Amino acid sequence: MKKTAILVLALAAFPAYGQSTLDAVKNKGFVQCGVNTGLAGFSQPDSKGVWKGIDVDACRAVAAAVFGDATKVRYTPLTAQQRFTALQSGEVDVLARNTTWTITRDTSLGLNFVGVNYYDGQGFMVPKKLNVKSAKQLNGATICVQPGTTTELNLADYFRANKMSFKPVVIEKLEEVLNAYFAGRCDVFTTDVSGLVSTRASRAPNPADHVILPEVISKEPLGPVVRHGDDRWFDVVKWSLMAMMEAEELGLTSKNIDSQMSSANPSIQRFVGATGDVGKMLALDNKWAYNVVKQVGNYAESFDANLTPLGFERGLNRLWNQGGIIYPMPIR
Amino acid sequence: MASGGFKPKEVAYQAAALAAVLAVVWFFVSNTVANLDARRIASGFGFLQREAGFEIGEKFFLTYGAADTYARALVVGVLNTLGVAIIGIVLATGLGAAVGLSRLSPNFMLRSAAAAYVEFFRNVPLLVQLFFWYALITEGLPGPREALSPLPGVFLSNRGILLPSLEGAPRLEGFNFVGGTAITPEFAALLAGLSVYTAAFIAEIVRAGVLAIERGQWDAAQAMGLTRGESLHFIIVPQALRVVIPPLASQYLNLTKNSSLAVAIGYPDLVSIANTTLNQTGQAIEGIAIIMGVYLTISLSISAFMNWYNARIAFRR
Repeated sequence: MKKTAILVLALAAFPAYGQSTLDAVKNKGFVQCGVNTGLAGFSQPDSKGVWKGIDVDACRAVAAAVFGDATKVRYTPLTAQQRFTALQSGEVDVLARNTTWTITRDTSLGLNFVGVNYYDGQGFMVPKKLNVKSAKQLNGATICVQPGTTTELNLADYFRANKMSFKPVVIEKLEEVLNAYFAGRCDVFTTDVSGLVSTRASRAPNPADHVILPEVISKEPLGPVVRHGDDRWFDVVKWSLMAMMEAEELGLTSKNIDSQMSSANPSIQRFVGATGDVGKMLALDNKWAYNVVKQVGNYAESFDANLTPLGFERGLNRLWNQGGIIYPMPIR
Repeated sequence: MASGGFKPKEVAYQAAALAAVLAVVWFFVSNTVANLDARRIASGFGFLQREAGFEIGEKFFLTYGAADTYARALVVGVLNTLGVAIIGIVLATGLGAAVGLSRLSPNFMLRSAAAAYVEFFRNVPLLVQLFFWYALITEGLPGPREALSPLPGVFLSNRGILLPSLEGAPRLEGFNFVGGTAITPEFAALLAGLSVYTAAFIAEIVRAGVLAIERGQWDAAQAMGLTRGESLHFIIVPQALRVVIPPLASQYLNLTKNSSLAVAIGYPDLVSIANTTLNQTGQAIEGIAIIMGVYLTISLSISAFMNWYNARIAFRR
């Protein structure tokens, strides 16, 4: 709350600036990236204080593309409530904080979503002993939910559409809302399925006591966000993300990309910057995509390192040619 | 101080100060508007008439559903804040007065217990106390299917305290109790936390007020044959009130403002609902302006009432 107030003040106090974000980032020498305060698999500091997760990798990819050095990122941990103000006021250059792409955010908040790095949906978790098999059986349930997201809205919409009633218990901090759920204050905990899988694996006293119901009640395409009206920066962040996905499609990994530098495949030649001038079009080094893959890895490597150990399935987040909907735009 | 006539220099200074303040305000407002516009961020209060779309777990007096407007949701939040604040003020005053008078009791046990109460509750942070009360209810009481029933029709569980109402007794149906009146764990924890914490401060104010009355007043009361209780009631307390009211007013203000800690334990007060609104609409400046405006209005109303009451009981000579 206090931080939001400071950000509001920042928005009020400083005159609008005209410098492009890419130039500003190059001048200061690092990318300021807004991330989640701690969601295992998406962004969380490890035991050595190093940020890890697929959202963190999206930030590192931008740094690798701009500077040729994935470590030139500084992280600003943000709550759901602080995140948009932090981006709008210029406190961060990119927001990679499991943020759902919606029309309201894309238009009235003055933001641009660069793409989707995780296709998610909202689900329900219930204690196994309640013997609930479907979300349609949840009439009259008490439901624990965190504010600051589209979650409360989807929840109300789902129950209205199915003519059921529920009682929300809205608690701000993840720790406290989970305590309330695990203590039995609520029958149900709801958030994005990724969040349910992540918290069940990392926070439940006994993960086997809780089941995630089959219904997914909303579409939650999560992706990095930048400010509206700075198209060059928008392009850089968008294509840094695309490069990770395109690398998976081309079969390039951080391990094999050096040996692929002399590949005869023209797509790979363009990708690694051996031919063409894709980098110049972005006002970056021609080896920008090589640097992303070499230092951060392709999308599959990032997914396997961060999400697979927590029990995530690739599911929808497989490549389009493998039954998923991850579809990188062609780099040519 | 009597007015000293027209002093051009003083007037000029004050006019200059006023102009400077206005210039600063204008600078902030125009900059904010320009910045919001440059970034294409929506502004204005038009969102208040849009459908809120989220549910609220608890409402006083007013019906509300997800199909109602943001304005109505915020009013529900204001009423929730007022509800817990008013009941909290009543309980804290009663408890505080009892503890404060006990600290002056000739009975050693009572005096010590009261002193221990004050020292303990005013020295543990309120947020910690709220978590304590909340955990006590949610972790300490059984689930609804194993609810305790100390009296027929009354149930205690981690879903709160259920009492029979005019519509009938509460009964278990599906996940939860239906019928009857429920006191939710969030409301109960917040009310307990605020009352118990503020009562510790009020106890000290009451004690100070009573001690401020001269010894001679006690002696005079005794000389007239009044008992200790009668002396307090007729002689001491009416005089002590004059000392007690002003600091008591600030405790009432504190309690009301502290009720915003409700977000931590999930009671849907104004701040909680404004937060959700602010998030769904993205209009942080308007959201925070509403929160500030409402608290300012509530606080000024409490101040005005307490000042009026203070003036009414003042000595008239």
